Amino acid sequence: MKVGIPTEITPKELRVAATPKTVTRLIKQGFEVFIEKDAGLKANFSNKDFEDAGAKIVGSAADIYSNSDIVLKVLGPTNEEVDMMKEGLVTLSYLWPAQNPDLLQKLADQKVNAIAMDAIPRISRAQKMDVLSSMANIAGYRAVIEGANHFGRFLNGQITAAGKVDPAKVLVIGAGVAGLASIGAANSLGAIVRAFDTRKEVAEQIESMGAEFLTVEIEEDGATDSGYSKVMSEAFIAAEMELFTAQAADIDIVITTAQIPGRDAPKLWLDYHVAAMKPGSVIVDLAASSGGNCVMTKDGEVYTTDNGVTILGKLDQLPNQASQLYGNNLCHLLDDMGKAENFKIDMEDDVVSRAMVTHDGKVNWPPEPLPVSPQKPKVEEPVEIEDPRITEAREAKKTTISMIIKLGVIGGLLLLLGQFAPSEFMQHFTVFVLSVFIGWQVIWNVSHSLHTPLMAVTNAISGIIIVGGLLQTTDDISNPMTIIASLAILVASINIVGGFLVTHRMLKMFKK
Amino acid sequence: MIVKEIQIAAYLFASILFILSLGGLSSQESAKRGVFYGIIGMAIAILATVLGKGVAGHIYIIGAIAIASLIGIVVARKVEMTGMPQLVAILHSFVGLAAVLVGFGSYLDPHTHALEGTAHTIHLVEVFIGVFIGAITFTGSIVAWGKLDGKIRSKPLLYPGRHIVNILLGSACVVLGIFFTMAHDVNEAMLYLYIMTGIASFIGIMLVMAIGGADMPVVVSMLNSYSGWAAAAAGFMLGNDLLIVTGALVGSSGAILSIIMCKAMNRSFLSVIFGGFGDVAVGGSAEDIEGEVTSLDHEAVADLLKDAKSVVIVPGYGMAVAKAQYPIFDMVQTLRKDGKDVKFAIHPVAGRLPGHMNVLLAEANVPYDIVFEMDEINDDMPATDVVMVIGANDVVNPGAQDDPSSPIYGMPVIEAWKSQTCIVMKRSMAVGYAGVQNPLFYKENTEMLYGDAKESVDKIMNYLKG
Repeated sequence: MKVGIPTEITPKELRVAATPKTVTRLIKQGFEVFIEKDAGLKANFSNKDFEDAGAKIVGSAADIYSNSDIVLKVLGPTNEEVDMMKEGLVTLSYLWPAQNPDLLQKLADQKVNAIAMDAIPRISRAQKMDVLSSMANIAGYRAVIEGANHFGRFLNGQITAAGKVDPAKVLVIGAGVAGLASIGAANSLGAIVRAFDTRKEVAEQIESMGAEFLTVEIEEDGATDSGYSKVMSEAFIAAEMELFTAQAADIDIVITTAQIPGRDAPKLWLDYHVAAMKPGSVIVDLAASSGGNCVMTKDGEVYTTDNGVTILGKLDQLPNQASQLYGNNLCHLLDDMGKAENFKIDMEDDVVSRAMVTHDGKVNWPPEPLPVSPQKPKVEEPVEIEDPRITEAREAKKTTISMIIKLGVIGGLLLLLGQFAPSEFMQHFTVFVLSVFIGWQVIWNVSHSLHTPLMAVTNAISGIIIVGGLLQTTDDISNPMTIIASLAILVASINIVGGFLVTHRMLKMFKK
Repeated sequence: MIVKEIQIAAYLFASILFILSLGGLSSQESAKRGVFYGIIGMAIAILATVLGKGVAGHIYIIGAIAIASLIGIVVARKVEMTGMPQLVAILHSFVGLAAVLVGFGSYLDPHTHALEGTAHTIHLVEVFIGVFIGAITFTGSIVAWGKLDGKIRSKPLLYPGRHIVNILLGSACVVLGIFFTMAHDVNEAMLYLYIMTGIASFIGIMLVMAIGGADMPVVVSMLNSYSGWAAAAAGFMLGNDLLIVTGALVGSSGAILSIIMCKAMNRSFLSVIFGGFGDVAVGGSAEDIEGEVTSLDHEAVADLLKDAKSVVIVPGYGMAVAKAQYPIFDMVQTLRKDGKDVKFAIHPVAGRLPGHMNVLLAEANVPYDIVFEMDEINDDMPATDVVMVIGANDVVNPGAQDDPSSPIYGMPVIEAWKSQTCIVMKRSMAVGYAGVQNPLFYKENTEMLYGDAKESVDKIMNYLKG
């Protein structure tokens, strides 16, 4: 069987669907390999490397498409490419079937059996063919490297003779493969890494990679059986946005990795988050191609906002290694499909039947859900994020109104009191109310462990009632007032002396 | 003799010192300074008063203060740290008593009757309220003292219709108050004042009698608050701002402590004051607890501790009763010498006073940087090898989290059961103060160690050393 590899014609695509190493593997599997001239140049593979590995160099893409049984590609074919394809050809490439129904129809009309590598179900058996994971790993790593490149400071903290350098703080949103790779890379560069994910179960993975798991105080788990997270509730999103707002001012680099297959990326980093960031901070948006997690991301562009935040909407793909990993994924799939000798399209197979988006002239998308449904593509309502500022404003308004009512009532009562009470009383009352406020403020700061000493000392201080007794004594012992007052002085003094002494005794014991 | 303006200035200075004194308690380092400020403030206040105009009978004043100081010194020296709650309670009663006496004195003061019109009425109301609060504080504190000291049984005294009785008594006081201000003749007025004092004293007794042992921290802080309000009321009576400021400070301090304690027990303040916790709890947990109670001997516990890397100790009232804080700290030091990570976890309502456990541990010289609050330490529990629960029960009850039928459901607790092994040191299988069964004892990773806390710790120490 003949396997053909054309050159990627999209200019920004640097990868190639085979490398000399994977060519060797393919030959071992029994395939004859044909590769278009200069297909690997942009990924640093020369024609000679391919020839040495056993591939035959072909002059034009048309030859490849008309002579091969299987074509390996990276990006989905363009219309012109599809036109060149012969009937019954099997193609392996990215296709994003949910977004490209026209392309699927065209492929089906051409009777091409197209496998969408991005539609490989994410089940254990198919992990070795999962191009999303292998590419995400690279993206996660590059996100940190390029983010650090645009961030003009050290990532690690240092104490040098010339002074102290604080470590950079990196926030990773979404702890999928890309996110975890970012955490690992940023952590090994010495940054302080925090990570957020709606799925509680990944907390352990995040922590194992060396980041702190940020979470919101709402019990809701975003985990689903598809492995992607679900759309969260409004309250959750509001809390999430609040958390991000708090983080935005503190962190230096944000790496957003939240993607939902077949849908636009959720908007997680809003304009006011960007505005809150320090000048010189960097946002790396790995979801740029599907709309971006950050509202200000421009796909394929790197630019700096007015407040000095650099937003990366594109990343270098590391074409050489990316091609190698992608090529390996393809080899694994071909291996699974029976190699050259027993190659067959088994529509009973869970993996093939789902990734084979056109078969025998028919579009095979969306696929049947798997019995255990780990790969059901979620067709849900679009993520609706209510601007948390609106909710906040509503809350604030409510509180303000209730405060106004309360203050009104209090003010009215005070006026009423002022109407009847003599001025001397009002003066004392002023002192009283203000003292209650002072006490209220002061006491909340008292440390929990000192509550017993606090009681003892307030006890001693409340012995100030002795003043009452002092003012009432007279020189005449037979006067009942003197007796009463002396008694008051006596008990109050016990309080003062006992209270202070015992407090002192207790505090003496506290030591570090 | 100093002029009035100087006296006011001195009072202001004393007020500032009192505020600084309370503010100083925000940390252990500044706390000692805080007490010093308090003493100076008090000295200034007393001196400024005594030297002021119109003070007579110095000989009686000095005599009373001298006797009182002697009593105070002896009491403060002799009291054991475990007896702290009782001391605090009885001192509260003194403030209450003083407020009553000052109230009566103020009424007998000829100046009172020189007043006219609204000023006179307001003054009478001030006297009445001052005596009322003072009397409640006085008798309430005495009952609290009796309960804490074991002289009165700590079970809540509940009788049907007690709320109605309390309301009736309260209304009676209001009516008496109206008669009191309207009375034309001093003897008649005094009669009303006496009757009201009697009723208020009775209310104070019944109020505290109805509250169960587990709620004692709230009661003590509440009485602390009352004693402050009593002082403030006296301040209004005498037109003395220093008394008002100080009373308000103490009053709000006690109120905040009560709120903190109530939150720690997930109870509403009103339900504590009006009692009723005990009657819900009598039946115990509605849910039958599955599992078996297993126990270990001291040697096995010592072996567990030897193998453990991290140990958390959760002390409770049982530690205070057995005075086990010293041997416990000896044990902690031995374990720390072996490189183990040993911490204390304190529940806010452990013991019978707010912060009671902290004081006991401080007495045994436990450094406060290894003493943690519940919230600080709960997250560490799953990573802890051994948790030793020493004389605590309700504060480690998992039912508070997972059994909605439990009377303490919703109360924040120390999650001792999440550790690898939990050792519960207890005298018997009896229920705690809340009268609730504790499912913790039935957990698989929980081992009981029966016996007096102090003796048990001593025995464990022998094995640890041997």
